[in-house]
Amino acid sequence: MELTLNSVVFSEQDISRAVTRIAHEILEKNKGNNNLSLVGIRTRGVTLAKRIKKYINDINDLDIDLGVLDITLYRDDLAIGKQNPVIEKTSIPFSLEGKNVVLIDDVIFTGRTIRAAIDALIDFGRPATIQLGVLIDRGHRELPIRPDYVGKNIPTSKTTLVQVLMKENDGKDEVCVINDLTTDNT
Amino acid sequence: MFNLKNILGTKSLSKEDIITILDTADSFKEISTRPIKKVPTLRGKTVINLFFEPSTRTRTSFEIAGKRLSADVINISEYSSSSVKGENLIDTALNLEAMHPDIMVVRHSLSGIPEMLSQFIECPIINAGDGYHEHPTQALLDLQTIREAKGTLMGLNVVIVGDIAHSRVVRSNIYAMKTMGMHVKLIGPPTMIPLGIEKMGVSVSYNLEDSIKGMDVIMMLRLQKERQSKYLLSSIREYSNLYCLTSKLLEKAKDDVLIFHPGPVNRGIEISLDVMKSERSFILTQVTNGVAIRMALMYLLLENKNDNNN
Repeated sequence: MELTLNSVVFSEQDISRAVTRIAHEILEKNKGNNNLSLVGIRTRGVTLAKRIKKYINDINDLDIDLGVLDITLYRDDLAIGKQNPVIEKTSIPFSLEGKNVVLIDDVIFTGRTIRAAIDALIDFGRPATIQLGVLIDRGHRELPIRPDYVGKNIPTSKTTLVQVLMKENDGKDEVCVINDLTTDNT
Repeated sequence: MFNLKNILGTKSLSKEDIITILDTADSFKEISTRPIKKVPTLRGKTVINLFFEPSTRTRTSFEIAGKRLSADVINISEYSSSSVKGENLIDTALNLEAMHPDIMVVRHSLSGIPEMLSQFIECPIINAGDGYHEHPTQALLDLQTIREAKGTLMGLNVVIVGDIAHSRVVRSNIYAMKTMGMHVKLIGPPTMIPLGIEKMGVSVSYNLEDSIKGMDVIMMLRLQKERQSKYLLSSIREYSNLYCLTSKLLEKAKDDVLIFHPGPVNRGIEISLDVMKSERSFILTQVTNGVAIRMALMYLLLENKNDNNN
């Protein structure tokens, strides 16, 4: 029998506050505009990046470039037989040369997605810096990767599922932690 | 879910298979427009192009597709293979397979060779054209080009003109287009239209001028001058008088008609120079999309193979 325990760890308001703070931190660290551009990782990273772009526009009246990245083709687990989702379009219609690029994703876990995203970005040019912003950091890194901007740190076990829901994709803003008690031994 | 082992023809592809292939190819198209036209997806995989018939477009397209996905691509042509020394085709394939390739792309002048080889070797096979049978990647790139320009495939009217009897492009296109709910009309001289082809769900006409009206796509076929066309026609000139797509004929067509040709073109025989250069001509878009379709197929076949192993 499947036994799961769901708990909401981040509400709509929490998400909104975190996104605003991340937008401010990005501007603070990059001292205003300073050749800034955002790249969202499909799917919910793109939604988050769009919101951050809007906040930055509201705060500083800056219109910064926004790119979309699908990292499926850069994954390192193609050979170990995981079924890949349908490949979506990557769209970075501006030059990354000399830019300060902020990668945006919803959750950071092992760090492998970010590794793939960095590889993909470098194929598009040579950015001055690559920074990383995530809504949720759930730990358990397998690679030496650390986000520069974090919405919330949530301690999890490896088998826990962290689900980020976004209004634009899922109809509501919410972060859930789903514990599968049948497999969770930690 | 895409779970095919080989791509031998469009006859065996379901509607879902075709949509998956076209969607994947749409996403792959962007890679060819990047400054660095390469992704690491098939790094360490080997693709063998086994071509027993002359080809520039298709072979290069497969080679570029493999290389843009970081696969190692090896080309073998009829004259550089041991078939010159009399080696049996199956032995050639078995020997190549012993070197552990991940995909074999096969073109042969005899119908059914890729399917026959697939019974002897485990390596996934993509048919790159076999005799008068099928040329699935051409039909898929045609569908992708049509869908891109029209936004949909369902219910569109297509007319295919030329040597229907000896065209593998036609057969692959008929299967795929019928699966996608399109209406297909075939046109050509009576000697080049096989009896009973209506059973494939298509209509037949011998007059190009009367059939052009209301068509969404006009697909011209190559006259195979080096092969049978000299026995089937009184003269090339007569053929071109009746079946060459000229700008005068095009006036009868819809304003947004798409003009296709699988290449290589015999200029002035199947299609006039000004029509080839007109903005309704999608001949070079077809070639561009061909790379994306072949990338999509290699990716989907190898992704699927990994799943079977686990």
